[in-house]
Amino acid sequence: MARPALRPADVATYAVLAAGALVMLLPFVWMVSTSFKTGEATFVTPPQFIPANPTTDNYARVFSTVPMGQFFVNSLFVSVTSTALMVLNCAMAGYAFARIRFPGREILFYAYLATLMIPQQVTLVPLFALMTWLGWGNTYQALILPASFGAFGTFLLRQFFLRLPREVEEAAFIDGAGYVRIFFSIGLQLARPALATLAVFAFMASWNSFLWPLIITSNQSMMTLPVGLSFLNGRYATDWNVLMAGAVIGTLPILAVYVFAQKYIIQGLATTGLK
Amino acid sequence: MEAVSGRGRLIAVLVLVGPSLVGMTAFYILPVLSSLVVSFAKWDLLSPIRWIGLANYANALADPAVQQALGNTVTFIAGYLPTVVALGLGLALLLNRRLKGRTFFRAVYFVPVVTSWVAVSLIWKWLLNPQYGLVNYALSLIGIQGPGWLFDPAWAMAGVVLTSVWKDVGFVTVIYLAGLQDIPESLGEAAALDGATTWQKFRFVIFPMLAPTTIFVTTISLISSFQVFDQVFIMTGGGPVGATTTMVQLIYRNAFSYSAMGYASAISWILFALIFTVTLVQNLLQKRLDRSDG
Repeated sequence: MARPALRPADVATYAVLAAGALVMLLPFVWMVSTSFKTGEATFVTPPQFIPANPTTDNYARVFSTVPMGQFFVNSLFVSVTSTALMVLNCAMAGYAFARIRFPGREILFYAYLATLMIPQQVTLVPLFALMTWLGWGNTYQALILPASFGAFGTFLLRQFFLRLPREVEEAAFIDGAGYVRIFFSIGLQLARPALATLAVFAFMASWNSFLWPLIITSNQSMMTLPVGLSFLNGRYATDWNVLMAGAVIGTLPILAVYVFAQKYIIQGLATTGLK
Repeated sequence: MEAVSGRGRLIAVLVLVGPSLVGMTAFYILPVLSSLVVSFAKWDLLSPIRWIGLANYANALADPAVQQALGNTVTFIAGYLPTVVALGLGLALLLNRRLKGRTFFRAVYFVPVVTSWVAVSLIWKWLLNPQYGLVNYALSLIGIQGPGWLFDPAWAMAGVVLTSVWKDVGFVTVIYLAGLQDIPESLGEAAALDGATTWQKFRFVIFPMLAPTTIFVTTISLISSFQVFDQVFIMTGGGPVGATTTMVQLIYRNAFSYSAMGYASAISWILFALIFTVTLVQNLLQKRLDRSDG
């Protein structure tokens, strides 16, 4: 079969899509380019995309000003831990809400759902007061725990378990297993796709989270990448080379993950329908 | 399932729901309730709490800073919402055509969505630099002298809107693409057979069928518009002369710079009231849509 010729409409579509892609990618190219420039090369017209005298000085300056490696470790530890806890907590509760009849179940579930309507900002003041009272200011647990529970994930997994046929579990009941054992031996295995979706969503939310880490960390040793970048921004308000070098370091890890897990991440965020 | 006794069930519920219930109570339910209580008081975390009734709310509604932040939010929404929805829909329609490379383009448009707001804000602060920024350079190529963007009270919000649209358009595109998957292709073909033009096909077949997606996208974009913080905190700090200050910034500032915990809480409940209203309207629209469907 002959390949159909490219129609004018297709050419126009490609032109628009390519122009759009350029607009999406150029700022990143510009960020990388600026991060390798000297001060003088930054302020020339017309702008150079490939610096004439590239330098890695800006990166050295970032690392000598702020503990970027520590920020990265903090971000990674906080995101991974809170994601794991979030997925586990939501799966357990979601399973119980879907499978076990117990008094007060409906009321409790509606109380969970009600929290979805309330913006995070409403809880900031009491949460800060609570953490201060516990002496948890500037600690990992203060960064991790509030991001380890959520009505949304519970709801997502409850829906998943509701749609799941009960046959497999019933065989296990006949063998005398209880709910908890069945959840860990069968439920968790079956729910893997839903767990992955929630994990993607929770990880991205935690990795990019800014307002709460900004409030609760006061020491560089506890700052996550976004807060660290914000600190850098406060220190070098107009030193674009240093700021862009910082932005590159802050962006690279998540972009690397994205390149490999692109399909998964897009689907995960689209199904959960939340940012 | 009768296989498990009442006592076994109770233990299972405690084990499975217990951790979640403790966490939800400690980090969501109690903070929400305390925030409401604190909003009726004057409190700086250190000295004893003092009840002042509705004074925080009365002060907030009369506060020029709050009024300015509300005005800024309306400006932001007016620029951001139609642009991001229209662009997202347009890109989704283009990407929905069965062309080679569509997954590549979809992935590219989604890159800013996964990037942190702080990094994006730093990049755009530099792109929007009036003298050496790429945006004004591009404008100069077509003979336009670009504005002062973040330094000009009249243009600062436009810069924030531009950045936000760039960051979020890929997300809207992907949601619309999912919505388009649910429209059977035969429908468009039938319209084409009846002699409908591409525009008519879109206007009378595709767009009405996308109504649930449009309501969804509009609602979550509106909700996030009320919660703008990161980009403004990094790009402008709310300035110049308050031109980009948002409600969440006022909450942050009052609570953590001025230690006015009660006042900050009251503002956060005003924010909640606004978001709640939006959600309510969305529910009504959705119900009306469901009813007209049958």
